[in-house]
Amino acid sequence: MATRTVTIASSVGLHARPAALFVEAASNTGLDVEIAKPGEDPVDATSILGVMALGAKYGEEVVLTAEGDGADEALDSLVALLSRDLDAE
Amino acid sequence: MATTEPSAQSDPQSGPETRQGIGVSPGTAYGPVVQVAPPVRPPANEPAVDDQEAALGDVKAAFEAVAVSLEERATRVEDTAQQILKATALIARDKGLVKAAAKQLEAGKGRANAIEGAIEQYAAQFEALGGYFAERVADLRDVGSRAVAAVLGVPAPGVPHFTEPSVVVAEDLAPAETATLDRALVVGIITEAGGRTSHTAILAAQMGIPAVVQLTGATSIESGTHVALDGDTGEVTIEPDLELVEQQRARAARRTEALGRLSGAGATSDGLGVALLANIGGVDDAVSAGALDLEGVGLFRTEFVYLSATKAPTVEEQTQIYRDVFAPFEGRRVVVRTLDAGADKPLKFADLGPEENPALGRRGLRLSAERPDLLDAQLEALAIAARETGADVRVMAPMVATAEEAAWFARRVRENGLPKAGVMIEVPGAALRARDVLGEVDFGSLGTNDLAQYTMAADRMQGALSDLLDPWQPAVLDVVGLACEGAKTVERPIGVCGESAGDPLLALVLVGLGVTSLSMAPSKVPVVRLALSLHTEAECQRLAQIARGSRTAVDAMGAVREAASSELTDLL
Repeated sequence: MATRTVTIASSVGLHARPAALFVEAASNTGLDVEIAKPGEDPVDATSILGVMALGAKYGEEVVLTAEGDGADEALDSLVALLSRDLDAE
Repeated sequence: MATTEPSAQSDPQSGPETRQGIGVSPGTAYGPVVQVAPPVRPPANEPAVDDQEAALGDVKAAFEAVAVSLEERATRVEDTAQQILKATALIARDKGLVKAAAKQLEAGKGRANAIEGAIEQYAAQFEALGGYFAERVADLRDVGSRAVAAVLGVPAPGVPHFTEPSVVVAEDLAPAETATLDRALVVGIITEAGGRTSHTAILAAQMGIPAVVQLTGATSIESGTHVALDGDTGEVTIEPDLELVEQQRARAARRTEALGRLSGAGATSDGLGVALLANIGGVDDAVSAGALDLEGVGLFRTEFVYLSATKAPTVEEQTQIYRDVFAPFEGRRVVVRTLDAGADKPLKFADLGPEENPALGRRGLRLSAERPDLLDAQLEALAIAARETGADVRVMAPMVATAEEAAWFARRVRENGLPKAGVMIEVPGAALRARDVLGEVDFGSLGTNDLAQYTMAADRMQGALSDLLDPWQPAVLDVVGLACEGAKTVERPIGVCGESAGDPLLALVLVGLGVTSLSMAPSKVPVVRLALSLHTEAECQRLAQIARGSRTAVDAMGAVREAASSELTDLL
């Protein structure tokens, strides 16, 4: 199982447009990707409602996990996505 | 297919029926009615399902159908609206909703109730999170209502798909619904509910779509019926004859021509300058108003900076926003209203608890008094952004009632390096003692919506009390008059930033009472500029006397309309 920790760079946090872009990218990996706040229960990263309900704000850390072929590469691309200010783009 | 020609089928005895609503966005429109379907609720007595697997399949198909229709709508609209619709489609496709619905089915609910149960489960979660998330609950419930309609096989709620220029009619329009309307196809908007300051009214005026609100029986007009509406007078005519439609069109054309002849600073015909300003509520508004022929901003509402935030926005975050708002107004004035929240607009990070009478509670400057740290951060950010952009920034406080409050605010504004401090005059007590209150600051601005609410003891949120909230109420005009007298005594300018400033006849009365600037929805500036250009200062004063001398609001408006220049009233 691959795991990454990343800090949310979007100024509005992980909701609105950033959340939609993240969920889309997670779905496109075709893998079972989960996202969690450190120490909390993970949610399905392809669920917009689950991701929004996490309430991850700007500057907070989240933990991504994925299993299967290409999990490392998939998570690297998702980490890169969350490290940008998606709302400003 | 309905024709765009007026029908000849109206009752020859009575002629076409004309109903009176409240005009909130100027211009005339004519076209077939498109009724917005109300939200669909699941039936109360829906039986449990026999075959849960098949039922879950139906639920999945319903959500998928909603997603597909939203995506299809998204292809027909632009930018912001497209993003809203795509994000909503993503919600409809959420696996979590299907899982939650499956549990509801297992628990013995029927298909439609299972959908609503699943939606409400997330809605509760989002509402608990507050701020931005709570605002998304409307989108979530919209998805639910559409899925319920799909599973029940009834028409979807919301604005249906249409291809002919039409008049959209609804009980009321949700903000997202209004924002996603296609301006090329929506020639007019009519709502049965809403008020002069409702969301529909504000958005329609900003989008430049003629609109009438508070039209009794609007939702029972059949789709396809042709109506003519006048967003100035509030008149709606059902199946009008060709002549009336032509009259309205001709008047609109004359109006467009007359408005096009004038430009520049507002002034009476004898040269008394009256600044014409815009009311704005965000960066988008600032950019669009900045491109227009007006003298600046008379009311910049800053709530949006705070309402969706879960923690107090930092000075840096705020500076960035204010810079973007001020930039289009280099060399022009921007009057900023400091944070007007609390009570009915609670902040996640400064909630003082629920109140019995939020309109009379700890809101506006009263909240700032309890949390001066919030006010100081805002003033600091405003000062930095003002220096960097070269806009003539003036700051005013909402809900000021006394001279002490005004003095306290002015001191804080100056300590933060901002040159001009003012106060909103919206509490009748402050209006009556304007001499003392304004003596402490550099200027005043009458918020006529709240001033009417407090003078007439009528809740602004109560559509049914609209008559009491009419800014033509002679009592409200008396209070405005007294405030202007107080301002004159201490030689302070006093503006109006309520929607009454955008009514051309009322604008004349306000100037006659002593008001020195008018701030309104930007689309209303040209007609007010025209009204001023056709009257002298003395004529405005006479109109003010006529209005204050009237016994009722209706009499006041009628008498002023009668006495104003026919060159103006012919166009209204």
